[in-house]
Amino acid sequence: MKKIGRIWFGLLAPDIVRKMSVTQIVTADTYDEDGLPISSGLMDRKLGTIEPGQRCSTCGNRVGECPGHFGHIELSRPVVHVSFAKLIKKFLKSICRRCARLKLKPELIPVYKEKMDEAMEKTGQIDQDIADAVLKDAGKPSVCPFCEAEQYKVKYEKPTTFYEEKMEGSVRLTPTDIRDRLERIPESDSYLMGIDTRVSRPEWMILVVLPVPPVAVRPSITLESGVKSEDDLTHKLVDIIRINQRLRENIEAGAPQLIVEDLWELLQYHITTYFNNEVSGIPPARHRSGRALRTLAQRLKGKEGRFRSNLSGKRVDFSARTVISPDPNLSINEVGVPLEIAKILTVPERVTEWNIEDMRQLVLRGPKDHPGCNYIIRPDGKRIDLRFVKDRKTNADGLDAGHIIERHLRTGDIVLFNRQPSLHRMSIMAHEVKVMPYRTFRLSLCVCPPYNADFDGDEMNLHVPQGEEARAESRILMLVQEQILSPRYGGPIIGGIQDYISSAYLLTRKGTLFTKAETCQLLASAGFREDLPKPSITKPKPMWTGKQIFSMLLPKGLNLSLKASVCRKCDVCQKEECLYDSFVLIRDGELLAGVIDKKAFGAAQPNSVLHRIVKDYSNSEARRFLDSMCPLLVTLITNSGFSMGIDDVTLAPAAVRRIEDILKEAEENGLKLIQAFRAGELRRTPGLSLEETFENLMMELLSKARDGAGAVAGQELGLDKHAVIMTATGAKGNALNLAQMAACVGQQAVRGKRISRGYRRRTLPHFKSGDLTPQARGFVESSYSKGLDPVEFFFHAMGGREGLVDTAVRTSTSGYMQRRLINALQDIKVEYDETVRNSEGQIIQFRYGEDGVDPARSDHGKAVNLAAIIERVLSQKR
Amino acid sequence: MSSQFVTPEEIEKKLQKQLKTLPPLLIEDLRGELLSRKITNTQLTRIIKEVVKAYHGSLVEPGEAVGAVAAQSIGEPGTQMTLKTFHYAGVTELYVTLGLPRLIEIVDARRNPSTPTMRVYLDEEHRQNEGKVMKLVQQIEQTKVERVSQSVAIDLAEGGIVIELHPELMKDKKVTSEMIQEKLAELKVGDIEGDDERIVIIPGLREGEEVIPMAKLQKVLKKVRDALIKGLAGVKRVIVTKEKGEIFLDTEGTNLRGVLRTKGVDNTRSLSNHIHEIAETLGIEAARSIIILEAEDVLAEQGLDVDIRHIMLVADLMTNTGEIRQIGRHGISGQQSSVLSRAAFEVTVKHLIHASIRGEQDPLLGITENVIVGQQMPLGTGSIDLLMMPPKPPKEK
Ligand SMILES: [Mg+2]
Ligand SMILES: [Zn+2]
Ligand SMILES: [Zn+2]
Ligand SMILES: [Zn+2]
Repeated sequence: MKKIGRIWFGLLAPDIVRKMSVTQIVTADTYDEDGLPISSGLMDRKLGTIEPGQRCSTCGNRVGECPGHFGHIELSRPVVHVSFAKLIKKFLKSICRRCARLKLKPELIPVYKEKMDEAMEKTGQIDQDIADAVLKDAGKPSVCPFCEAEQYKVKYEKPTTFYEEKMEGSVRLTPTDIRDRLERIPESDSYLMGIDTRVSRPEWMILVVLPVPPVAVRPSITLESGVKSEDDLTHKLVDIIRINQRLRENIEAGAPQLIVEDLWELLQYHITTYFNNEVSGIPPARHRSGRALRTLAQRLKGKEGRFRSNLSGKRVDFSARTVISPDPNLSINEVGVPLEIAKILTVPERVTEWNIEDMRQLVLRGPKDHPGCNYIIRPDGKRIDLRFVKDRKTNADGLDAGHIIERHLRTGDIVLFNRQPSLHRMSIMAHEVKVMPYRTFRLSLCVCPPYNADFDGDEMNLHVPQGEEARAESRILMLVQEQILSPRYGGPIIGGIQDYISSAYLLTRKGTLFTKAETCQLLASAGFREDLPKPSITKPKPMWTGKQIFSMLLPKGLNLSLKASVCRKCDVCQKEECLYDSFVLIRDGELLAGVIDKKAFGAAQPNSVLHRIVKDYSNSEARRFLDSMCPLLVTLITNSGFSMGIDDVTLAPAAVRRIEDILKEAEENGLKLIQAFRAGELRRTPGLSLEETFENLMMELLSKARDGAGAVAGQELGLDKHAVIMTATGAKGNALNLAQMAACVGQQAVRGKRISRGYRRRTLPHFKSGDLTPQARGFVESSYSKGLDPVEFFFHAMGGREGLVDTAVRTSTSGYMQRRLINALQDIKVEYDETVRNSEGQIIQFRYGEDGVDPARSDHGKAVNLAAIIERVLSQKR
Repeated sequence: MSSQFVTPEEIEKKLQKQLKTLPPLLIEDLRGELLSRKITNTQLTRIIKEVVKAYHGSLVEPGEAVGAVAAQSIGEPGTQMTLKTFHYAGVTELYVTLGLPRLIEIVDARRNPSTPTMRVYLDEEHRQNEGKVMKLVQQIEQTKVERVSQSVAIDLAEGGIVIELHPELMKDKKVTSEMIQEKLAELKVGDIEGDDERIVIIPGLREGEEVIPMAKLQKVLKKVRDALIKGLAGVKRVIVTKEKGEIFLDTEGTNLRGVLRTKGVDNTRSLSNHIHEIAETLGIEAARSIIILEAEDVLAEQGLDVDIRHIMLVADLMTNTGEIRQIGRHGISGQQSSVLSRAAFEVTVKHLIHASIRGEQDPLLGITENVIVGQQMPLGTGSIDLLMMPPKPPKEK
């Protein structure tokens, strides 16, 4: 396969521009009355064709094959290339105005040359630092060291004007003058000035001939009304040709100098804006509608520019996008693909003597029947589109080894699945296809965390790898089960979420018992096919505990202990004896004690059950565990029912009274604080002003009041309430959310302070000026269940809005940081000598991470799980 | 039975043999685990064998895109961080930038971080002694003329600058009028005259000048206001904290060089959070360490779990040339050798123009470049060429 070894940049010489041109463009017109391209015009057929069916008159190819060909415009007078103007200034300053030699002291020349040669030998490239030093040194002398001519100061005026400041006044340097000087710079001098003489000459920075890009670069579009609309570049080229023509005519007619100069200036303007329409110092060229034209520089620049939009990221075929929805019955490795999509996306399959019969069947079924086929590619490269084939039988019979058919995507194929923003590598993972009815992609809920997906309208993308190599790599490296451990922290990123956790708690908490029928139903949903263990209760009828059922799905021999989310952080942990059953103990695959909740079963939980299974068994075992556990938990929670209502946050009257008392006391204390502040009795905290001290004390007081109210609610609401189960187990929400619903919403803040702005010295017009009471500064006494009064509601909206703005700002700033990090680090990889190097081969680390351990293979950052190994060895027989 | 168990010496002997195969930290952990248990000789051998095997199994593979993974691992949690500036843990009076802004500051290697601070530990003599600590604080905290005077202003009647001293503040800071005059004299601001309440400074006239120009007075005024009477320049405030029976100082503003020179300071532990300052005073290796420490702290404070190896890689990349380079256009990204990579990052046109005149060559060794030209990138499975000679199909009979 051909490979591009390197790209060498250089300036285009006028001769090369002429040589690569297929025609000189002289007329500013594009099409004649019949709509045909005018010869020697900007749409000349020789420049390539963009109309389907037409042939290019240079290469004879049709639209797809013709690469397009350059033309050129001979400029009547030379013109400065804007982008080089600053460099031209530096050059003019450092060369003699008479002999055009570098004004470097003769004895310095060999010194610099030696340095530059050395750099050249080392890197094969000009050293910009040396060139800068040369230009700086050569810019100083006011008399040429060679011809002793007096030098004048060169003044540069943005964007393209140069003057020489003589005694008698400033004299304009025309591009012709400049080009004349640059032309005479000796090769050896320009080399020292930082020009690679193998590819560039200084005078080429002044244009005498302008390349005209092929029409494919600036296609005209025909609007629905039939009106042809030209590309911005064509517009600009028309302007250039027009002015160029007028300038030539005027020069030839011997028009007055002033007119010629004006036209020349205009030509300079058009060419400047043709290259870059955002140059400072001149107004941008505009379209008739007033929109600024998008010329060459604008086409390359920025996020929507050629580089970032078309070169660093490309549009691809064999991809699909649609809304996602959950399917708890899918494996984490699977993705549900709508039948309609499966009939459009294809996989190329080579016909061999072994599969020819199957392939014939696919061809026979054609593009409309599902496991069918859309195209046949013959060995000569010809494609047969089966949509337009009447009798597929002939094609099926004609099929032979060596043909390639593009068959429909079908169940079992491997595809890549992605959700934007792709912030980490788990944002694109490989899934196995499961073709399904309806029109959404379906995925297991356990893979929501790595994609950061939910189902409120999220869409995802799907790509079908087309090569054997790509499919193999997808399956081995990118399959979801291989991505369970996150390289960020060496723990699982996939795992149970939300109701799975509530359900796991319901299943494993003390007192959960199931009859034989219930047990069997649960285990059937998990796909459990073994014998039932002995029931833990035999009388009056056999019953199995939830812990037993959970244990049945654990791999044999699993050992693990951890503290659950519901743990109350007792001063002395009672371990297995914990009153709240929050010490999880698993021995030999048996859950002996503790409830399973977020810590044991949740996503992104290092040292959870799933983590131990991945590390001590395998990725496949972990997948099996999740795939059997999850449907079981869904069955359980569906049968038992799990919801939250007003009851969950309604407190008994006594508790409501206690909360009222707490808030009343806070209010009184607040008033006392205000009095103390007003009377100047407050002691200032060092480093803070009196106002800040007061505000801090007030905030502290109010947050204590809210916490107190929340604590009352917390005592009142027990684990019998589903809302509490959700917060305690870590399934969703936290104690604060509950407190705000049940007891008191608390202080609303803007920029971390109590709300203080709005009107002069007050927040709303119905407060007194200077009112510092909690009510006037955004304290919300009500709870969400009680409801907010209008003032509280208003403050709450203020605080809420800040949250929204914060999120929006955060995504953009962190996105930019991420982009910079990626750009700086993306080339770095581990080499075969164990060093970490960038693409230039420079060593960044001698050993990756000092110990050479891959975080994704580590055990939560540790190279080896010593305790597990020692325990294993010690438990073996001597 | 007990005679069967290995002695600590035997364990040590076995561990010493693994010095070349296992990293020191792992050996240390292993030593701790082994010494706390009763093990037989065969078990010991088996454990070490298993550990070595597990260690080899956890090594990175050649070709692994550790850079991209590190960037993602630090960038991705950025979306979950706060934008706000919060208090320093424990010390309520000291504000320190945290969260995303601080993380950006670190990878930017900003020369002027928004909240430079130092944590100054004290030597054994001072650690417990509050009286001695207060003396040290006086030495460290900067006191400027402005801080101890009621006003510092130009007085045209006097034809110079007049300082109205604030006796109470002076007593507080243990500053005398003589000290101030002495310091001002060192600055050569002019003729100085004064008593305990007032100091007058008359700048000298230059040749040809009849009156002192206003511009010069303004300049001298600024000089006088900012004149450092005592303490270390830049250390605006010192906060004394006691934790676990040890007294240490937190400062607002930094002057690490000064602090490390101060007697009574434990200069083996004291640190500044200013990356460039650390590099200038303690060297580039220390700068690497502080980048790691600071980034880890920021992430940990936000409750985000990021493996230290990712942070190390970023820190190493920022410091491997011997100078601190920021992550971005003015540092690493701007110094990349690939034209296409630079052009695709920021300031596209400038890089292309530059490349043309310098005749730059892009050897297409990096990732972006190869994506741009549509070739396989030299990373991961793309970094190796694997050729296979398929067995010839058996001839049909
Ligand atoms: Mg969503
Ligand atoms: Zn052509
Ligand atoms: Zn000369
Ligand atoms: Zn407990």
